[in-house]
Amino acid sequence: MIFINVILKIPLPMKLINQAKHYIAGISLPSLSLHQTKTQAKTNELSSKVTSPFWVIVNKEVADHIRSWRLVILVAIITIACAGSLITGLMHFKDAVSANAPEGSFFFLKLFSASGSGLPSFVVFISFLGPLLGIGLGFDAINSEQNRGTMARVLSQPLYRDQWLNAKFAGGLIVISALFTGLTLIFMSIGIVKIGIPPTPEEFLRILIFTFVTICYVGFWMNLSILFSVKFKQAATSALCTIAVWLFITVFYGIIVNFIANATAPGQFATPDQMVRYQQFITNLMRVVPSQLYSDATTTLLMPSIRSLGPLTTEQVVGTVPSPLPLGQSLLLVWAQMTGLVLATVSCFALAYYSFMRREVRSR
Amino acid sequence: MDPVIELENLSKCYGDFKAVDDLNLTIQKGEVFGLLGPNGAGKSTTILMMLGLTEPSGGSVKVCGLDATRHPVEVKRKVGYLPEDVGFYDDLTGFENLLFTARLNGQSDQQAYPKAAELLNKVGLGAHAEKKVGKYSRGMRQRLGLADVLVKDPEVIILDEPTLGIDPKGVKELLELILHLSREKGLTVLLSSHHLHQVQQICTRVGLFVTGKLIASGDVESLSSQLIAKHPYLIEAKIGDEFQDPVLRENLSKIPGVEEVTLLAEGLLHIGCSADNTAAIANAIMASGAQLTHLSKKTYGLDDIYQRYFENTTSHEVDQSS
Repeated sequence: MIFINVILKIPLPMKLINQAKHYIAGISLPSLSLHQTKTQAKTNELSSKVTSPFWVIVNKEVADHIRSWRLVILVAIITIACAGSLITGLMHFKDAVSANAPEGSFFFLKLFSASGSGLPSFVVFISFLGPLLGIGLGFDAINSEQNRGTMARVLSQPLYRDQWLNAKFAGGLIVISALFTGLTLIFMSIGIVKIGIPPTPEEFLRILIFTFVTICYVGFWMNLSILFSVKFKQAATSALCTIAVWLFITVFYGIIVNFIANATAPGQFATPDQMVRYQQFITNLMRVVPSQLYSDATTTLLMPSIRSLGPLTTEQVVGTVPSPLPLGQSLLLVWAQMTGLVLATVSCFALAYYSFMRREVRSR
Repeated sequence: MDPVIELENLSKCYGDFKAVDDLNLTIQKGEVFGLLGPNGAGKSTTILMMLGLTEPSGGSVKVCGLDATRHPVEVKRKVGYLPEDVGFYDDLTGFENLLFTARLNGQSDQQAYPKAAELLNKVGLGAHAEKKVGKYSRGMRQRLGLADVLVKDPEVIILDEPTLGIDPKGVKELLELILHLSREKGLTVLLSSHHLHQVQQICTRVGLFVTGKLIASGDVESLSSQLIAKHPYLIEAKIGDEFQDPVLRENLSKIPGVEEVTLLAEGLLHIGCSADNTAAIANAIMASGAQLTHLSKKTYGLDDIYQRYFENTTSHEVDQSS
């Protein structure tokens, strides 16, 4: 409690800047890569443990990420955005909660999806800034090594090429996981203090699964940017390409689907069957892109009242008890979405492997 | 003698271009082998194939008895490779860079720390160990590269153009260091270069590499006899303006072993012989009444061999095109 109060007294951004300064000065830096970097280290103080090459690289990647300005800036942006959405959530908490709503028991989840006064909710912020973070962590993973001339040196050490690629991904994923888990937990703790209602175990589980889905989603974007970093020699090219894909998916894809929807809309006198099929066709089109899968998954997880992601007929709704779905049912509903996200990540990986494995490793 | 590196009918094609063409080469344990050739001769490609960093189009590479294409990781455990224009992580210190390599090679901190410190001292970077590599000079990077190669305790070290871009003094120091370290640890060294003098200094054996083919290999002397079979000795004499050409020629040709006498401009005489008769030649020139101002025995260095070869290839290419 004391810890939380301390955070609340100092404005969050200030604290972050202080933290960033600390990191840069290397004072509070956890010794991730090199325990002691002094040549005069005493031999008996050193560990005699042999680490596998994979973890050696993961350690180095994580240390590099933490020390980089890029991550500091991205984290600062995300934290500020989340602080903003937290304030909105708290301000509009009263409006969002009504005494006789069916999901009345899920007060706490409202905090994550509540929006108002022009500021979007936590979920919307994360779904927007998360990809940016993923792209930021991955877009120069391989080509910067090539440009620095370190690729030939590292790959002439006894390790498999896929280990290197995997370690790069794992390093980024560890940073992302730590960041989002931390952010969500801080968000929750401030929420508990402010609204005075602790989350029920189910709510807590839902939030944890939401965090997991978020990590998968950001992992997809990181993987895509790693794929481009394998494909393109220049870091700038790969960054631009990934951002182009991201913009296309978030902005233009929706417009295109709208266009198709307008063009293929059935007439006024279409049968209900046709209407349903049309609706399903459009939804499936939307679901091709991972951002739609993510938003489907998160809304279902955070709003237990959602019982279907497609069209429902009146016969199906008739006689239902207006109660929220239990966690298991919500999960079942978004299982396909989560599988789709993981699949997208895995296929990016496969493509990156394919172009990296048999490539000739020249110096620079 | 057991062969450490065996290349058999090795070839590598990029589309229609043959970078390495049917290469056969064996390097014995403890040798310092110089791979010599102009830029784009296929030296680097050959080295990449030895480490499994690129796949050969045909033939086989065996390093320490292991197939480098099938088992690259085992090969890389035994071979230290210094790439051309090596790069380090600029934001880490030289010491940290070495530690990273040592850890990738499965060494514990207990082994890696003293070894890295010792190697840094050996290559003369002891005082700069705690400095970020971004601030190192080119020569220092190259020396760090050498330490980086040695930190894994290799059996073979392969250096791709180690002397590129370093000033003459630095080159001398680096080459001496390579020679010293390789003798100390009994390493087999393969180094590629297009600088003949440097290779000549430290290599026990040299392979001449042109357009993907190994055209000759052996020590410098045997190379000169392989490539310049015309005359084993060439004596250059400078004489005064006043002399009688036929008399001189006659006198010279009487000496046993003299095969060819050419008079170049301004009294410069080239005498090709099968044996070393410098003294007799001097006497003959004096006897024919010419003034001898300068007499020297020309020995063939790699430079001449190189040059000689390229004279041949150019003429050869001209022949083909005409």
